[in-house]
Amino acid sequence: MKELLMGNEAVAWGALAAGVSVACGYPGTPSTETLETLAKINPGWVHVEWSVNEKSAAEVAVGAAYTGARALVTMKQVGLNVAADPVMCVNYVGIKGGLVIYVADDPGPISSQTEQDTRHFAQYARIPVFDCSSPEEAFYMVQDAFAYSEKYGGPVILRSTTRVCHSCAPVEIPQISPPKGETAFEKGSQWVIFPRLSYINKQKLVAREPEIGRDFCGYPFNQRIGAGKTGIACGGVSYAYVQEAIEGREHLFQVLKIATPYPFPEDLALSFLKETERVFVFEELDPVIEDELIYLCGKNGIRAQISGKRDHSVAVAGELSAAAIGKILSAHGVCEAPPEPQPGADLPPVPTRPPVLCAGCPHRASFYAVKKACAGQSAIFCGDIGCYTLGNAPPLHMVDTCLCMGAGVTMAQGLFHSKIRDIPFAFIGDSTFFASGINGVVNALTNQAQLILIVLDNGTTAMTGNQSHPGMGKTISGQKVAPVSIEKVLTALGVEHVQTVDPLEHKQAVAAVKTALRQEGVRAIVFRSPCAALLKNTKPLKVDAGRCSGCRLCLRQLGCPALSFGPEDRAVIDASLCNGCGLCRQICPQACIIQEES
Amino acid sequence: MKSCLLCGVGGQGTVLASRIIAGAALEKDWFARTAETIGMAQRGGCVVSHVRIGEKVASPLIPPGKADLIIGFEPGEAVRNLHYLKKDGAVIVCDKTVQPIAACSAQPYDGGEMLAYLQQNAGRCHIIPCQAVYDACGTLKALNIALLGAMAQSGVMDLTLENIQNALQRKIKPQLLALNRQALAIGAKLL
Repeated sequence: MKELLMGNEAVAWGALAAGVSVACGYPGTPSTETLETLAKINPGWVHVEWSVNEKSAAEVAVGAAYTGARALVTMKQVGLNVAADPVMCVNYVGIKGGLVIYVADDPGPISSQTEQDTRHFAQYARIPVFDCSSPEEAFYMVQDAFAYSEKYGGPVILRSTTRVCHSCAPVEIPQISPPKGETAFEKGSQWVIFPRLSYINKQKLVAREPEIGRDFCGYPFNQRIGAGKTGIACGGVSYAYVQEAIEGREHLFQVLKIATPYPFPEDLALSFLKETERVFVFEELDPVIEDELIYLCGKNGIRAQISGKRDHSVAVAGELSAAAIGKILSAHGVCEAPPEPQPGADLPPVPTRPPVLCAGCPHRASFYAVKKACAGQSAIFCGDIGCYTLGNAPPLHMVDTCLCMGAGVTMAQGLFHSKIRDIPFAFIGDSTFFASGINGVVNALTNQAQLILIVLDNGTTAMTGNQSHPGMGKTISGQKVAPVSIEKVLTALGVEHVQTVDPLEHKQAVAAVKTALRQEGVRAIVFRSPCAALLKNTKPLKVDAGRCSGCRLCLRQLGCPALSFGPEDRAVIDASLCNGCGLCRQICPQACIIQEES
Repeated sequence: MKSCLLCGVGGQGTVLASRIIAGAALEKDWFARTAETIGMAQRGGCVVSHVRIGEKVASPLIPPGKADLIIGFEPGEAVRNLHYLKKDGAVIVCDKTVQPIAACSAQPYDGGEMLAYLQQNAGRCHIIPCQAVYDACGTLKALNIALLGAMAQSGVMDLTLENIQNALQRKIKPQLLALNRQALAIGAKLL
């Protein structure tokens, strides 16, 4: 029977079926489940690891691929920026075993800093890229990607987007057998990148481009469908939206489905351009297919009217949908759009729901302690990537900047060196600290910055769903290893003042921050308390309504989702959400928050 | 093809519920496709799952006006997503509101107003009393499965209680199976 697989799970199964031997990555929505699945379904012969960051992951995979092993590395689109150095370089060197770089893009963006397009990155790096339109396709495409990687002796990118990664579909899972063939590293000058070698290899990379493009014209997932006079070019999940948008009117259209945006299957696209009178291009993120078609028209002297992002027929940002495509086609008079139901004018106002720190989240307590300790002083709070970015929301307002992984620590130094009077704080989560925070601390020490580093150690990689990291003493497969101590790392680097405090002990936490405020140089506080999502058998608190004065201090200061105000203006704690962290109890002036009796 | 939109607030179990509907469709040898909200919105934000099942492959997102059924885990979220419902489509909605963070909003909103609006504007609207689920199960942890019980009973998605039960068996940990079966039964009864 077929199994219901998420796109990311399908990539894991496909990689396993392709005989992957080494798989690594760093968590990041929407890519995370691929490696998690591989660790879960591992028959025992695959080395699966959460690497400390995407650059390390890519380098581990490259090393494996040099031996002839098949290697997979997974990341989200901004993770590819981190891994850009090895990824750009390995394409010049080449590989022996198949190397597939799986990158999940995030149109919207829904859970990311940028709307960057990995297809563009692939063009820039001259790395062949496969773009899957469904979980089923992802399963086969990752296997094809390994085969093409070995055929052309270089890395291949498999790219997907959120609606493929986090979409489920039935996939037939085959018999899995161990990878064949011996691995060995054969010494030779080809593995050492030097300017002379790069000069020669760049010529090869450029020369192979049309050759692979011709090869891709016969790739079964690149398709021309239908014989209508109106052309629609698309790729990735947009293909599924196009199919739905033109359902019942297929005879009007010819659809060009691009599964390999680079090298572009030019001959296939040329016959599409020649047979159609008018062309629409539907793709999310950047106009990659569109630009290729416009280029082909120029190169071949074809006059074609091409509508897409370049003429603003298609929105330049955000996700596409079948409804949006239907609307665009009807706006251009190509076909009638199905009537779209409008919500009634009498729609009652619905509440806005920005994401928030969970009830009982220790980050809330850490932010609140810093806020209280800094009262009356001017401080700037550099945030970072993780759940704690949500500390910017009211009523905490404790994240003033957020840029990219590890940037808080280093940006705080830039603020300091600009001679502003405010005290620079850098908040960083435990996983982010290991990913790219340590370098920033070294930089601060050597270049004599003054800053207070706050490591928010909740013992997990929380935002992406509780993955392991080096501080936890376990691997992705649950194997116990020696944990890397954040305090020992900081001390070894030369941070003189390192305090460790439980942020849920409010008074001590405030005192620790006050101590740090009196100290000089780079000083650090590790706020350590486990992620609320990992706690079990917690006891909720309750409000003694008789004693509550209705001052709302708890609500206005903390913004905990478990707190609200009920009838007669008394605080109410939702027992189904409260984990008894006790922060509100410690700040209540009436001492009216008490333990629920068991 | 049948399309069902599940909507609620992060943490209410919409993802598991959509997987179980899709799994039940597979039991019938149907095709199934889901699209889920996974990521930052799961921290108390609005979440939706699109589920599309039937004999034909479909795109992952339900276009507005094409959902046969909306399962609202929360009244306000059902109203927010009502434009997905087709004319005369059905709504199954839990009556318990999840108030937005009190510190951010001036006034708590009125769930009754939302339910009344759903009743006036959906082809069919079934309100599932949360308290009854709590009374039967002793917890609201399996509210998602109770709503699936109501879904099966409604017949809108052409899935039977047995289909859902088989899918539960495959997806739920053995130690939680009894609770979820109970929730399924009470959900069916409450429709």
